[in-house]
Amino acid sequence: MTPEELEQIAEEERGTQAQFLHRVNVCLAAGCISCQSQSVKDAFDKEIANRGWQRKCQSKGVGCMGLCAEGPLVSTAQGALYQHVTAADAGEILDALDSEPVSRLVCRTDVPFFQRQKKIVLENSGLVDPERIEEYVGSSGYGALMRVLTEMTPPEVVQEVVKSGLRGRGGAGYPTGLKWSTVAKAAGQHKYIICNADEGDPGAFMDRSVLESDPHRVLEGMLIAAFAVGASEGYIYVRAEYPLAIKRLRTAIRQAERLGLLGSSICGTRFSFHVDLRLGAGAFVCGEETALIASVEGKRGTPRPRPPYPAQQGLFGEPTLINNVETYANIAPIIRHGGEWYSQIGTEKSKGTKVFALAGRVLNTGLVEVPMGISLRDIVFEIGGGIPEGRCFKAVQTGGPSGGCLPAEFLDMPVDYESLAKAGSIMGSGGMIVMDETSCMVDVAKYFMDFCMTESCGKCVPCRVGTYQMNELLARITERTATPPDLAMLEELCDLLRNTSLCGLGQSAPNPVMSTLRYFADEYKAHVEEKRCPAGVCGNQAEEAS
Amino acid sequence: MTTDFSKPTPPSADKRWRLVDATMRRLGNHSRGLIETLHTVQETFGYLDEEALRYVAISLRVPLSRAYGVATFYHFFTLKPAGEHTCVVCMGTACYIKGAPQLLSALQHDLEIKPGETTADGKVSVLTARCLGSCGLAPAVVYDHDVAGKVSPTDLRERLKKWTRNDS
Repeated sequence: MTPEELEQIAEEERGTQAQFLHRVNVCLAAGCISCQSQSVKDAFDKEIANRGWQRKCQSKGVGCMGLCAEGPLVSTAQGALYQHVTAADAGEILDALDSEPVSRLVCRTDVPFFQRQKKIVLENSGLVDPERIEEYVGSSGYGALMRVLTEMTPPEVVQEVVKSGLRGRGGAGYPTGLKWSTVAKAAGQHKYIICNADEGDPGAFMDRSVLESDPHRVLEGMLIAAFAVGASEGYIYVRAEYPLAIKRLRTAIRQAERLGLLGSSICGTRFSFHVDLRLGAGAFVCGEETALIASVEGKRGTPRPRPPYPAQQGLFGEPTLINNVETYANIAPIIRHGGEWYSQIGTEKSKGTKVFALAGRVLNTGLVEVPMGISLRDIVFEIGGGIPEGRCFKAVQTGGPSGGCLPAEFLDMPVDYESLAKAGSIMGSGGMIVMDETSCMVDVAKYFMDFCMTESCGKCVPCRVGTYQMNELLARITERTATPPDLAMLEELCDLLRNTSLCGLGQSAPNPVMSTLRYFADEYKAHVEEKRCPAGVCGNQAEEAS
Repeated sequence: MTTDFSKPTPPSADKRWRLVDATMRRLGNHSRGLIETLHTVQETFGYLDEEALRYVAISLRVPLSRAYGVATFYHFFTLKPAGEHTCVVCMGTACYIKGAPQLLSALQHDLEIKPGETTADGKVSVLTARCLGSCGLAPAVVYDHDVAGKVSPTDLRERLKKWTRNDS
């Protein structure tokens, strides 16, 4: 594969696409598939065949279009977007291709949900068929890899990433360029690249969506990273709970190998890169890099103390670069447009865009990509469309079990790594759950503590015992049998876990408790002193169900 | 140092063991392939029993304790066969605040089993998932591999009725 050959594939693909007068894109990402979008796609195929339109109209399965709650979603090349489409609607939509869109199914795209987003990571989502490499190549895919291989040296690539100001999208926000240069400088015969696709945060589905909608973008990012740091082998550690993402990644790897974009002597250079999948088996702690490495090695996913950092001694004891899916997905555009371009988006310390999985008590649930520095209010009320059923906003939870709950007074705060940390939460991987007055914040804190307790690997005592004790205390508070000393003990344990746990799981496990203690102290007080749950959640679930 | 090592024969003539062998071979019969191999066993046999764990442990030359340790560490692996039907309730944050606990208590109330258990007649297994990533459709439930979104306790009970009615 040479750059010329790649360009030829792109040209051919664009030519093929241009032959069609019409195009119907059906979302075939997991959200819409669970609303039977596959049968919608089949209905379009059948209808097109019945009409003899095979040369006139293309129907295509594409990735996520964002507004998951309104699926199945269908878009046309004319720019119409349809929601809640069923197989029976296919004929009517095809009839309307030359005229006005079918009004009863139209989903308006002139609303803030679509207008306020800025798509870099998701630029191909919902437009290209994730199961065809030609489509990715047709939209400039693998062009960045070609440029890197033919025009740049590894230090120049690292420099470009440094210049972009990109920070790790897995949650901690470590500067990506710095990580790359550490691995590049590390001494070692073999170096490894790992893509962390073990999206463990409950309430987050950004990585799944990227892998299902545009898997080649992640592969291209990994290839560029491998070239920059001098690695020749890589692993994608993906959750076994995401069968569709796994299937599409496998297809993507096979296709890239067939075109000579993965494998030995890529593009006629001395650069070789092989990539394989490793399936996670359901352990939240494996999001922690040393635990993830243990799991890739086929062991129990328990973390180990750092240093040595994986950049020096990682997988099989060799220097290893670990980045998150979204981080890799940002690499190709950075190379294509330059680090300078990327650094102009976002805030001073948090560059670029961030993908959020917006869910919970909010009107428009789905996947959104916004520039860093946008306010929480804009995300929840403009893009998210506010709280349904006329209820009141209570809190927004970011960062999952390691993050915190922020009340209304923080709605105008810009969303960037530093501001969120200062407010007692974290950026996290991008889960954003909106809560209204029907949620009890003590119950939410208990939910996360229960999660951390179950997911604690058991290696270090503060986390193993501490999460259990905190969960017991929170249970007592929600059952309204707790006493004021229990509350004091809870606060003390927060401090202990934070300062003495071995890895990020234990260190950050108190965050949901600390943030709710800080901003919703009156709710704790009501449970402990007045023996009542203001939201009416605690203790009522069993009665409601029966 | 190399030692002579002859590969053990599979526990039975079941052809599915060939799939397991293929996975181990692909990963060079190396101990680092343990998790991948257990995935294959679970995919083909539905669960990991002692026989399978012993066979994999010997084949990959790891102590049985390590194979058992890995199998019990990860939630995805199960040591017990599942019921005829499975009902997985997502307990992700979005599902939790949109009513997953009510779904779970409805199941517990009707079937009289806890998450992770199977009804005495082997018909239905109830499981919980940390997050299915279908947060836009919260609360989500997986009925026998099909994800259903925006599930209410009534929907759930209807499905349970269908399962028990059709099969009896």
